[in-house]
Amino acid sequence: MKFAVVVFPGSNSDYDAFYAASKVVGEQAELVWHKDTDLKGADAVILPGGFAHGDYLRTGAIARFSPIMSAVQSFADRGGPVLGICNGFQVLLEAGLLPGAMVRNDRIKFVSKHVPVRVEQTDTPFTAACASKQVLTLPIAHGEGNYYAPPDVLEQIEKNRQVIFRYTNDAGEVGPEWNPNGSLNSIAGICNRERNVVGLMPHPERASELSLGSADGRVVLASAVRWADTLVRHA
Amino acid sequence: MKARVYVTLKPSVFDPQGRVVADALVTLGYPDVKDVRQGKFFEVELADADPATAKQRVTEMADKLLANPVIESYRVEVLQ
Repeated sequence: MKFAVVVFPGSNSDYDAFYAASKVVGEQAELVWHKDTDLKGADAVILPGGFAHGDYLRTGAIARFSPIMSAVQSFADRGGPVLGICNGFQVLLEAGLLPGAMVRNDRIKFVSKHVPVRVEQTDTPFTAACASKQVLTLPIAHGEGNYYAPPDVLEQIEKNRQVIFRYTNDAGEVGPEWNPNGSLNSIAGICNRERNVVGLMPHPERASELSLGSADGRVVLASAVRWADTLVRHA
Repeated sequence: MKARVYVTLKPSVFDPQGRVVADALVTLGYPDVKDVRQGKFFEVELADADPATAKQRVTEMADKLLANPVIESYRVEVLQ
């Protein structure tokens, strides 16, 4: 299969995602500039981490108007798997491809550390190879990862099982002491109603080999490969 | 012609930056400060148009880009 990794001015995890997709998971990958208008025949799209357009105004607010985002929107509308990592998640929120918004971390600090993250649902393209309630150790590195949605939207998200990742302790228990940024309901990642668009604040691509301190993140891109294989077999 | 746009977090959204500013003010000797909400202020310079059209255009801009309606509300003022 083929991954497209979108490169915005200010992306900084684009090569990490490219490396994880091509060298670690061993699939085809192509970097796609934000001014491009097509996704080069990709089977899955990654919006990487970083500070797209300097994060001016709000995180992701300018990036959502990049020319490539029309192609990402129609790819997502056709059911194509889209993964937003950190800043990529923020872009998906601003673009309305995912519900809710990000506000500043509750303790104002930029948080950069490895944290346990529990996989809540395995019926998405990016968690299909995970075990249910599996706890992954993944790095986070953000100043605005405090997930917010109005109460009615939050209720819908929970009811529709759209929370895909939650911050926990190593034993997979949720609690305010394990929530690094004040996110509502300890939310670390969500998907859309159709379940093909997933966004998360932690960086699976930066935890794809043991030499990086954790290889737990590999399963996220490996899931996309399994997902694509299943589609081929059912076609 | 100029327009001003004031963007603030909705009352239901916690404002950690405003909280820190409020704490700092209390520390500085203003114990009467109860809360601070931080926001953004934009001054938009426009080609001349009638005030109603200008207001409508800038409101559209605020909706599309300047504010995120999920967490923020805004107010538009057109200056003569």
